[in-house]
Amino acid sequence: MSMKDLSYSAVMGRKNEIIKDAMGVDYRRYEREGIIFDYEAMMADCGYTLEDHIRIQQAVNVGNTPVFELHNLTALSRKLAGPGKGARIFIKDEASNPAGSFKERRAAASVYHAKKLGYKGVIAATSGNYGAAVASQAAMQGLRCIIVQECYDSHAKGQPEIIEKARKCEALGAEVLQLSVGPELFYEVLLLLEETGYFNASLYSAFGVSGIETLGWELGHQFKEKYGRHPDAVVCANAGGGNLTGTARGLLKAGCPAKIIGAAVDLSGLHMASDAAFNKKSFTTAHTGFGVPYATNPDHSDVPRSAARPLRYMNRFVTVKEGEVFYITEALATLEGMEKGPAGNTSLTAAFALAQQMGEEEIIVAQETEYTGAGKGINPQLSFARQNGIELRFGDPDEEIAGKNIVFPADPSLLKARDLDMDELRRKFIRRATKGLGRDLSEAEFAFLAEETRSTVDFVRATLQ
Amino acid sequence: MANKGDWVRIHRVILPAEDRTASLPEDTKRVPFEMWVKGHLLCDGEIGDRVTVKTVSGRIEQGTLLEVNPQFEVNFGNFVPEVLEMDVRLRGALFGREAE
Repeated sequence: MSMKDLSYSAVMGRKNEIIKDAMGVDYRRYEREGIIFDYEAMMADCGYTLEDHIRIQQAVNVGNTPVFELHNLTALSRKLAGPGKGARIFIKDEASNPAGSFKERRAAASVYHAKKLGYKGVIAATSGNYGAAVASQAAMQGLRCIIVQECYDSHAKGQPEIIEKARKCEALGAEVLQLSVGPELFYEVLLLLEETGYFNASLYSAFGVSGIETLGWELGHQFKEKYGRHPDAVVCANAGGGNLTGTARGLLKAGCPAKIIGAAVDLSGLHMASDAAFNKKSFTTAHTGFGVPYATNPDHSDVPRSAARPLRYMNRFVTVKEGEVFYITEALATLEGMEKGPAGNTSLTAAFALAQQMGEEEIIVAQETEYTGAGKGINPQLSFARQNGIELRFGDPDEEIAGKNIVFPADPSLLKARDLDMDELRRKFIRRATKGLGRDLSEAEFAFLAEETRSTVDFVRATLQ
Repeated sequence: MANKGDWVRIHRVILPAEDRTASLPEDTKRVPFEMWVKGHLLCDGEIGDRVTVKTVSGRIEQGTLLEVNPQFEVNFGNFVPEVLEMDVRLRGALFGREAE
């Protein structure tokens, strides 16, 4: 072994070289004039077309998940909606993937690519379903796998949902390295990449995000075939942005004009890197603590340029409360006969409220479900919350304060999807992208930012004035 | 006493609190950055000893020996009466009072 400096600052300073060795991607290739980078070139350069992803995923039993109409939830939402209102509500049952979530679409090509390039193993930094997805794919494709989780607070108390994920990853043959709270997780991942020479199966790579295009593509085709028409709205849980980005790109490729709506659990007020707040939250993903910063600043992940760029595709971004997601998780069990993991029902919760704003003839789809089990379900997660001093009660979910209480709707009419201000998100993105630049933007840079934020050159100009 | 070859769980501090330089909230800055991993013991040892293990991916890791034959204790939690109450309210809202 070479005598490399393993200090925090030295390793972080080598980030670009480590990532280049660990992915075979030189991100500098996509940098253009000034702040511009060529997003589509990066997506195309990963070397996998939609057809390739479909072929790879079929070979490893991923995808082609069923779409279910939720008749009773639709009926309940129509009771609350005005006359003629209440869209038909559907879910895409992504829990039926081999390791239980849509994340396998993201993992399949990464692991396939790692194997093709001769890497002996893959590493992924994730506390969520992506770990199980990478572990499952590595098992299937014969590579070694290390999953790095942010898992424990400083009292070594772990989130039950994350510990269950560790169990599942180990069951699928992976090494699981668990860490206490903090962004230094990335430092540890870089160290492991250097030590092992494994592939960085980043959540934010073009391999991963373009793999999710199959989900959108399937949706577009399934509805045409089964119901003779496209869905009118597709709701995607939005945290790191890959789910929404990949799904939207796939829908576009299927010619589906559905509105793309992001949904996240409102955890405002809880600091994501706080040791004390770590076990006060009941959702470890699909929440605003990731959804908002990653939408407005996508390039602060474990790759220099993220393939997940939700502001390019999102029409609306709504939040729901923790208590509302648990409530809809229970509704899915008791009214529809399907027991699924709570975090995977974030988009369904928003869809239940949004359906009431749409016409009866319209279709809204929550594009995922996830598996459930010990530690990862409505009862274990609420039990854990209560043990951590979180008050559980019925009432108006608008009274919910993340980290203090969880308020279940006393009546289903109290469940809401609350719009985030899209223009404010766009302005945040633009200000962040131009921070400290100290010069005027070129015409091309204005056009780039307009594209990045699905806005106009005039909007970008007005923001920077 | 743990024997060479036993499946164990170890713990190690990666960064002591004073070496944490990332931008962190105050409460996180005060505590070390820690790591837990499992592997087969490469030598005999006692709980609390500094030991070396080989993980399932074949890596060598050092740390303090915490447990032998570590097991998962995630479960379905204590009874949460509100979950049952949600069922009653949901069925009532959809099917009417007679369902309650």
